[in-house]
Amino acid sequence: MSVLEKARPVSRPEAPGPRVTDEHGRRIRVGELVVRYVLLLVVLALTVGPFLWQLSTSLKGPTEDIFSSPPKFLPGHPTLHNYERVADTIPVWDYALNSLKVAAANVVTNCVGSALAGYALARLRYRGRRVATLVFILAMLVPVEGIIIAQFTTMRELGLNNTLVGVVLPGCIAAMNVLLMRNAFLNLPYEIEEAAYVDGADVWQRFLRIALPSVRGTLAVVAIFAFMGAWDDFLWPLIVLSDPSKFTLTIGLNYLHGTFANDERLVAAGTVIAVAPLIALFACLQRYFFRGVGEGAVKG
Amino acid sequence: MATSTVTRVRRQLPSSPWLFAAPGLLITGVFILYPFVSTVVSAFTDRRTLVPGKFVGLANFRELLHDDMFWIGLRNSTLYIVCVVPALVVLPLLLALLVQKNIPGITFFRSAFYTPVVASIVVVGLIWVWLLDERGLINSLLESVGVGRVGFLSDQWLLLFSAMAVTVWKGLGYYMIIYLAALANVPRELHEAAAVDGAGAVRRFRTVTVPAVRSTMVLVGALSSVAAFKVFSEVYLMAGPSGGPAGEDTTLVMLVQRTGTGLTGRVGYASAISLVVFVVTVALMLLVLRADRREAS
Repeated sequence: MSVLEKARPVSRPEAPGPRVTDEHGRRIRVGELVVRYVLLLVVLALTVGPFLWQLSTSLKGPTEDIFSSPPKFLPGHPTLHNYERVADTIPVWDYALNSLKVAAANVVTNCVGSALAGYALARLRYRGRRVATLVFILAMLVPVEGIIIAQFTTMRELGLNNTLVGVVLPGCIAAMNVLLMRNAFLNLPYEIEEAAYVDGADVWQRFLRIALPSVRGTLAVVAIFAFMGAWDDFLWPLIVLSDPSKFTLTIGLNYLHGTFANDERLVAAGTVIAVAPLIALFACLQRYFFRGVGEGAVKG
Repeated sequence: MATSTVTRVRRQLPSSPWLFAAPGLLITGVFILYPFVSTVVSAFTDRRTLVPGKFVGLANFRELLHDDMFWIGLRNSTLYIVCVVPALVVLPLLLALLVQKNIPGITFFRSAFYTPVVASIVVVGLIWVWLLDERGLINSLLESVGVGRVGFLSDQWLLLFSAMAVTVWKGLGYYMIIYLAALANVPRELHEAAAVDGAGAVRRFRTVTVPAVRSTMVLVGALSSVAAFKVFSEVYLMAGPSGGPAGEDTTLVMLVQRTGTGLTGRVGYASAISLVVFVVTVALMLLVLRADRREAS
């Protein structure tokens, strides 16, 4: 072991030069490097390729053959014609707006609601705190798919079926997020809040000025996953929405696919409209997406 | 000192803790716990969407036993676990090993491999419906290499396996990130010692990597099996609302959705199926966790 310790280079080169090294500063053989990049490119083609094919199909005009064999990967004369047709066929921009409303509302309610509840579970002492924590843990274990019919009948009883409010409500303060925020608050040192208390800060001031700014990272994770979850959701809006004017994008796409299945260019353009905003969001905020997987691995 | 401060804080504002927790508790109670209780109760009634229904004892469950569609759903959802879970436990681990080393451009590859996770399942489903179409890209490629066209979306079994492939494709990036975090904690010395002992890459994978990330593999197995059993969207989009030829590709959650919604929805019967979904889900969780504990001890 000691021989190995000595053999390890001390400095870690920052810039990748001709000598490619791994995170421990040890050299990677050229052969291994070539194999790695070839494999990476193969997986890249498999994971991103399908999206690019969809984009390519959506840009092909009505006269271009999309069924050719061997396939043509690039559109001969790229056109936005199909995107105009989607808007003529279904009110796609209204659907996008509905999706945006649902997603935005989901972000706000989840951030506010889970921060408040998480703070109460982590920092405030009161009778019934354990019961409250248990309620959220139990709720997290209930599979949504198993109660979705009862959620629908509950929504009918409240007269909120077929409304966007009804789409948002069941997931608007997810138990998972409450527990995430609770853990984030628990990990903060208590001393600062104590000092603030001594200085006369009440519970709201301590929550807003001290605790909340310290858990911004977790809050960002909650926000992003709330946005993504609402924007991508399918089963619940499919059940709760029946009026086509209230559709979200995913339900609108399902309708487009069901009615115009033979018009591949049209469906392709619709899917690109639905996925582009999220890919853009992901490109900008990657690290929070990855952090969210780590923190919320129980989400499934 | 700390406790006394806390005590005084409590005395100062006795109502505020409940104010803080109230919105979360209210939503959870009304939209998760109440529907859960309601599902359990409804499962023993003949409730319909517009009819309150009355207690019928175990009639719904007796009917389940003789309902071919229920057995088809149970078969498909179970097959989903059997086929998808091993793939989602192993492939993302290999992928994580591939993107683990910090070689130039690796952050780009990591992000790119995560893209399918970000996309909506509806988008993913429709992308693959077009790729696997009779005249789609994959069949064009198969034809140009002389294999001929395959009816991925018309044959009952090919449809189900295609949907499984889509589930795996969409899940790869998610579990890859979970594995990456676990791999970062594997002590490098173990690999070096094994290498000094002359162990090749495959051997080191089996004797060093796998034991070190074993608990993560169990976690991924638990998460993916619960998700696989509840599969809905992929199959719904690829096989259609009626579940493929003669409904043979129906999954349990598809059956819940089909039976329990609409103006004539049989809420009681759908609740009975939901209860089966719930019991199996919880059983899967317990099974995996118990297996983990037994192996660990």
